[in-house]
Amino acid sequence: MSLATNGIDFGAAVPRAEGGEPGARGPERTHLAAQGVTVRYGRNAAIKGVSLKVPEHRVTALIGPSGCGKSTFLRLFNRMNDGIEGISIEGRVFLYDQDIYARDTDAVALRRRVGMVFQRSTPFPKSIYENVAYGLRIAGVRDRSEIARRIEESLVGAGLWDEVKDRMHDSAMGLSGGQAQRLCIARAMAIRPEIILMDEPASALDPIATARIEDLISSLKSRYTIVIVTHNLQQAARVSDYTAFFYMGELVEFAPTQALFTNPGESRTEEYITGRFG
Amino acid sequence: MSAPPSPALPSLAAPRGARDRVVPALAAACAFLIVAMLGIILGMVGIGGWERLSWEFLTTAPRNGMSEGGIFPAIFGTSFLVLVMTVAVIPLGVTTAIWLHEYARPGALRTRAIRLAVHNLAGVPSIVFGLFGLGFFVHFVGGGLDEFLYGGQPVYGKPGILWAALTMALLTLPVVIVATEEALRAVPDDHRRASLALGATRLQTVLRVVLPQAVPGILTGGILAVSRGAGEVAPILFTGAAYYLPRLPTRVNDQFMHMGYHVYVLATQSPDVEKTRPLLFATVLALLALTFLLNLAAVLLRVRLRRAIRR
Ligand SMILES: Nc1ncnc2c1ncn2[C@@H]1O[C@H](COP(=O)(O)OP(=O)(O)O)[C@@H](O)[C@H]1O
Ligand SMILES: [Mg+2]
Repeated sequence: MSLATNGIDFGAAVPRAEGGEPGARGPERTHLAAQGVTVRYGRNAAIKGVSLKVPEHRVTALIGPSGCGKSTFLRLFNRMNDGIEGISIEGRVFLYDQDIYARDTDAVALRRRVGMVFQRSTPFPKSIYENVAYGLRIAGVRDRSEIARRIEESLVGAGLWDEVKDRMHDSAMGLSGGQAQRLCIARAMAIRPEIILMDEPASALDPIATARIEDLISSLKSRYTIVIVTHNLQQAARVSDYTAFFYMGELVEFAPTQALFTNPGESRTEEYITGRFG
Repeated sequence: MSAPPSPALPSLAAPRGARDRVVPALAAACAFLIVAMLGIILGMVGIGGWERLSWEFLTTAPRNGMSEGGIFPAIFGTSFLVLVMTVAVIPLGVTTAIWLHEYARPGALRTRAIRLAVHNLAGVPSIVFGLFGLGFFVHFVGGGLDEFLYGGQPVYGKPGILWAALTMALLTLPVVIVATEEALRAVPDDHRRASLALGATRLQTVLRVVLPQAVPGILTGGILAVSRGAGEVAPILFTGAAYYLPRLPTRVNDQFMHMGYHVYVLATQSPDVEKTRPLLFATVLALLALTFLLNLAAVLLRVRLRRAIRR
């Protein structure tokens, strides 16, 4: 299903074609799309009229100075902004051609397709096994062998299996920061989402743990579409295929990562990536 | 390697006026006074009651116009009362707290009104609960049931354990609500968000992630409520407590004997106060021991469960 079926003109939201992604594999389907989205907390606009298309099976990075609205924008895609007091959302957000904010869209069903990993790793005070099983159990999976299979699959996928396979029933609170974050990624993967949203997943980790997460992200994009918020520009450059630069709630530039970093199209982007502000 | 004193820097020793010494001294005196009072109470009760306290005392019924024998019916009645009270107050209190903390909008009028009501409920004198219990539970609810089900025969429209327990549940409701809310507040929001992001509903999140972590706090609240319910007399005075009963209560509409009320009876209603005094002290000692044990259990339970969860 291409975006054309949405009948929407996304205008400048499509990433610039230039700069040729080395591994580009033909035309890309749009997986997530924001169309003219404005988000306000009370009267204060955190996102101002942003349109952007996230391609399928690519890593899209959202960068920009702290407070520019990256997290707010990311949370639009799994409706984690719902329920914040005083929030108002205008514009439309799509998962393929489904309107995420349509009246008949169920946030619970949406979140089974669009997983999320947070900045601070949040293992539940349960065993490693139960942490990964959680999403399956609440989704109503009862078959124990199916659960065990999916747990192993996710932990292998998150590169954590070898480290925890002998202590699956120990508390997850005993894991290191990096392990806990990979556990959260495994937990998100267990329900087999199409998309994984990551909000600064490595910002609380040491460099070695960060490198492992980055490797993991690269290995995941064959199966998942990934949107990652990071304020670490090197990280964005290393892991992402596309980068969106946000500034004060506006999308300044959205382009293939290489192009954005080597040849930014906007002076504000250039100033930011060369460290002149932010 | 002592550095030479540097005259340019301000001294770290704050100037100490008389007030700086008086206040801590006063505070220490107050603290001491409290400990002393507790010591005197415990000492008097202990000395007066220790001799009479025996296995027999705890396991037999009063005899001879309550001037001999034990307090078993009172212990039994107190336990029965507290059990029914717990069954009523825990679900009600926990659900209210869950609603207040997990569902209600904090600023909404409704939420604030309920919070205010809970806090005011905690301040109502216990005798007022007793009167309310008599008017509402015994006469209105119980009398109404009799009217409809038993053709006016007094079956439920008279004081009994059920009404006393429900009255006591109202009295202890704020304790449970406040303790539960506190426990819910201690559960990190990150866990709620993580659960919701995994496709859990609000209810699933509360039941599977939030509540398990709040259990220690809820149990603590429950035990505090129980220890309060075991000690209060005023709420059960008109709603179910009996002066003396030859048989143990077996149904929820039976009257019952209660340790606290028994103390009152022994102290004021005995024909021979001198003779019953040792019994009185022993009963007080048993009651105090029970409440202390319950409080101790609350503390230990909290410590243990916390550790088990955080591990
Ligand atoms: N829950 C909230 N309530 C009110 N304002 C918020 C809330 N979350 C974020 N904001 C505001 O919205 C703006 C964007 O925040 P955020 O999306 O967290 O930015 P970023 O992730 O880029 O640091 C900030 O000005 C922030 O103060
Ligand atoms: Mg953020």
